Amino acid sequence: MIPAPFDYLRAESAEEAVAALVEHGDDAKLIAGGMSLLPLMKLRLATPAVLVDVGRLRELSYVRDAGDHLAVGALTRHRDLETSELLAAQCTPLQLVAAEVGDNQVRHRGTIGGSVAHGDPASDLPAVLLALDAIAVARGPNGERTIPVAELFQGFLETALAPDELLVELRVPKLPGARASYQKFNRRAQDWAIVGALAIRNGTDRVALVNMGTVPLRARGVEDALAGGSSIPDAAERAADETDAPTDLNATPEFREHLARVLVRRALEAAT
Amino acid sequence: MGDAGTSIAIRSDRTGLAGVTPDSGCRKGVAANTPSAAGGVESPIVQTSVTVNGAPREHDVEPRLLLVQYLREVVGLTGTKVGCDTSSCGACTVLVDGESVKSCTMLAVQADGAAVTTIEGLAGDDDELHPVQAAFREHHGLQCGFCTAGMVMATVSLIEEIPAPTERDVRLGLEGNLCRCTGYHNIVQAVLAAADAIPQTAPETTKAAP
Repeated sequence: MIPAPFDYLRAESAEEAVAALVEHGDDAKLIAGGMSLLPLMKLRLATPAVLVDVGRLRELSYVRDAGDHLAVGALTRHRDLETSELLAAQCTPLQLVAAEVGDNQVRHRGTIGGSVAHGDPASDLPAVLLALDAIAVARGPNGERTIPVAELFQGFLETALAPDELLVELRVPKLPGARASYQKFNRRAQDWAIVGALAIRNGTDRVALVNMGTVPLRARGVEDALAGGSSIPDAAERAADETDAPTDLNATPEFREHLARVLVRRALEAAT
Repeated sequence: MGDAGTSIAIRSDRTGLAGVTPDSGCRKGVAANTPSAAGGVESPIVQTSVTVNGAPREHDVEPRLLLVQYLREVVGLTGTKVGCDTSSCGACTVLVDGESVKSCTMLAVQADGAAVTTIEGLAGDDDELHPVQAAFREHHGLQCGFCTAGMVMATVSLIEEIPAPTERDVRLGLEGNLCRCTGYHNIVQAVLAAADAIPQTAPETTKAAP
């Protein structure tokens, strides 16, 4: 399978990437590792006229201590998150979810910014960023703006990023000592999650769901129940509340709702 | 990106590129579409320099050319296999700057300036097998052999990252490589034996040695 023809522009800086987006508008698509976009282009489900390659922007690949939070460059690869000592000390939830993305080969190429900007509710990293109340930083022709991740995902493969904006950074809180568990249910080892459930326990409980709607979701019912003193099994019964589980070859909505309740319980128990 | 050396024409029967010339007016790494005779848009051509198994190569390629096509059809190294062509099976695994990647899901232009190692590049000059190849032979880590090149390349990368892997490390580390004969038992044995045979020179390991 071969992608449809396209123009190829390699950005040497974030400014150059934004300038290319301004010039080409909706015809342009950014590519970093290409782990989400290239399969769509090979199937010709995506046929951008111009591909703007930001994969060489090493200055956007970092995990930094920024005082009251950690700053993660959008071009940071999953492999680099997986092996980051700073994340190991300060934000294990992000690290453990990054280690569950795809397989080694995918984690060598894929980037956190690419995964987030793609906006796929079946992706792992958007859910952990949602659970962490992370902040996204986007750069456009008029400078940078911040977007709470809770407002970033707007629909299936739709985000609040404008066509002329480049996601440059994700800001996550420091949560030293937080316990977390990510339960990913799939049929083949490296597949997308049929359903995924993430629990982070750090005094307060954060629970997020993968592939239970058109966007990644917080399981607010579970969080509220736990805050109100419910047991884990009782709270987990609310995991499918206010979800909109998709149906596909792998699972019916009813099966996904069942999976959500079971996986949330397991994640909470494992993170206790 | 240096000046183009030998430009190997991409076969026009596969790409419909007959008669398209490189756009010399473009920026580095940038090419512009040229209108075709039919009035449509043809793909541009980009100069691409890749070091393949230690040898520098320069080719003019279409940006949509996949790395695996580049290796097999432009460079002529057919040891790398196309299996599923959807980034699932891992048969097309090669090393890019020492790390395993699936070459069906990477553009050749993305490898511009990189060092790519394929299965043909593992054995020494005297044809002495790489320790991973030798271990796969010794432990019969294959049945039909179609996944083997990808398995071996994924293993080289895995042992580089985890020099003393446990069986669990091996099974998780090769989750991106499918064996259609389901011959995983001997593959895992071969990887463990290869890790034992390779001197541990890495300064850090991601997992404690057993």
